[in-house]
Amino acid sequence: MADPQVLLSLRGLKKTFDTQEALAGLDLDVYAGEFITLLGPSGCGKTTTLRIIAGLELPTQGSVFLDGEDITYLAPEKRAVNTVFQNYALFPHMNVYKNIAYGLSLKGVGRQEIARRVGEMLELVQLSGYEKRLPSQLSGGQRQRVAIARSLILSPRVLLLDEPLGALDLQLRRAMQHELKDMQQQLGITFIYITHDQEEALTMSDRIALMREGRFVQLDTPRGLYEQPRTAFAASFIGETNLINARAEAVKEDGVLLDIAGFHVPCASEDWLTPGEPLLLSLRAQRLHLSREPVSTPCRLSGTLVESHYAGGERASLVRLDDGQVLHTRASTEGEDLPEIGSQVYVWWQQESGVLVRDDREDVHA
Amino acid sequence: MRKKNPAWANVYMALLLLLLYLPVLVVVLFSFNSNPGRTANFLFEGFSLQWYESLFDPATGYGEPLRTSLMLALWSVLLSAALGTLGAIGLTRRPLRRRLLARAGSAALSFGEQVAVLPIMVPELVLGIALMALFTLMGLPFGMVTLVLSHVVFCVPYIFITVKGRLANLDPALEEAARDLGASPMQALYTITLPLALPAVVSGCLLAFAMSMDDFVISFFVNGPTTNTLPLKIYSSVKVGVPPHVNALCTLMLAVVFLVVAISQLYSARVNRRRQVQASGGARI
Repeated sequence: MADPQVLLSLRGLKKTFDTQEALAGLDLDVYAGEFITLLGPSGCGKTTTLRIIAGLELPTQGSVFLDGEDITYLAPEKRAVNTVFQNYALFPHMNVYKNIAYGLSLKGVGRQEIARRVGEMLELVQLSGYEKRLPSQLSGGQRQRVAIARSLILSPRVLLLDEPLGALDLQLRRAMQHELKDMQQQLGITFIYITHDQEEALTMSDRIALMREGRFVQLDTPRGLYEQPRTAFAASFIGETNLINARAEAVKEDGVLLDIAGFHVPCASEDWLTPGEPLLLSLRAQRLHLSREPVSTPCRLSGTLVESHYAGGERASLVRLDDGQVLHTRASTEGEDLPEIGSQVYVWWQQESGVLVRDDREDVHA
Repeated sequence: MRKKNPAWANVYMALLLLLLYLPVLVVVLFSFNSNPGRTANFLFEGFSLQWYESLFDPATGYGEPLRTSLMLALWSVLLSAALGTLGAIGLTRRPLRRRLLARAGSAALSFGEQVAVLPIMVPELVLGIALMALFTLMGLPFGMVTLVLSHVVFCVPYIFITVKGRLANLDPALEEAARDLGASPMQALYTITLPLALPAVVSGCLLAFAMSMDDFVISFFVNGPTTNTLPLKIYSSVKVGVPPHVNALCTLMLAVVFLVVAISQLYSARVNRRRQVQASGGARI
């Protein structure tokens, strides 16, 4: 984005239900035209965040700004923000046309203007000809489209989507992912998207806000989140990773030297590091290579091949290091010459594939 | 296939139905009796429609009570529909912005719920006497007003219960979606919640109508000197043996009540079926 303009901001958002803390102080800037995803396990507070932005819930503390204006206490009907609900919440007593026209007719828009814009929306979501159908006569995917059309017809500044594809089967999900992304780019509307599906988040988003227990763990691009996770939770929630116990031997200008099971392994440093402290090194299973012969790169470990099975394009193997830690690898099967089970193997990787992460595995506040 | 019932079970069933419905059938049968004499209720002589033909003659005197009963039922049901529906909405809706208040009031709400259905649990006799005492205390003249007020008391629960059941099954996200799309709380109420609750309101009203038409005990206590409902009129005319007209009248009332209940049942069955279609449609992709 050439000139990122902040459209929506959350400032110190806190929410407490009875005694349970759902949101523990969120800060977020959403840029105009962005597709941002709130990703996290169920109960992490993503839906609560969305409901506060929509105005369906009030925060215990903190504010929501839209275009610089404080909308924290504005009624939901007065916000230029619309929601696609998890189960669509289509009005069962209204047909497709009336569902889509609902928002406009409340605004007192003329009948002809409504007909024209509903027609446009139906075309956009490819449901022309379905005007007279009731929601009960539609398939899940079609309901989904009606729900989207019903919100988009009001040209919201921000569209909130609460797991909109959760009820669809895998194939339809994939197709709808592309359609949604295309629609978003075509219309240039800011999307705030909720999902617990990491793959969905990775393929659709411009940025992902990874959430856990009412906090943002990491806010990054999909690539940044995958390649440079900052905590053990981030590393293991997205993709398959190995978290290896290591000790920082020496912190130098160009990196840090780690001690892992007797091997001296270099790695990029992190600013929070102190020497001697136990650390976790995140190694993506796909980025690990196996070799029978000793390798020259310093980023290598050795161990015993415990298990190995063919899985199409890659081979899933388990290697037990000399200190007992187990590494999962998913190396490409291309031109492979594999060692036997029980034999000594070397595991190696490109230095940038190893990322030091904070150990937050025990930080469960609940 | 279901297993066939043993013979004794069928016999038992037949006896039970006979016991329940034989008296009613006798009334229906004798309403068509052509015997005009003192034995009209014992000896069936032949088929005739004479009791129906002369039923609403001014001389027989059933026309005015019937009109009174219909007006009474109509007004009671209309008032109860408004009160019961609003009550059900008020006790179901979760306030959007005042969660704290809602929690503080939740005990009061469930208490309100219990109280709202109390009138159909209190013995009619007690309710009748209590209402009579109340109206006397208030100095309210007995007549149509006291009748309507009393009928509202026992009609409200029927509407309240059916509407509340329907509202409890409504997805709260529907109203939220309406708000999200720009509806004020009032607009959301009358464009979404009320239309969706309407089937329940209608079936509650039909039930309440049947209850009001049929009520004797409570009407007896709060009736005025110039008003006479149909059940009261029938009661006063059977004091000296059952006049054959009453058979005809009872048969008519039976038919009306049967019709109303049947319509109400068919209606709610249709709504249920539609809801089921929706539910199964939801699972389908």
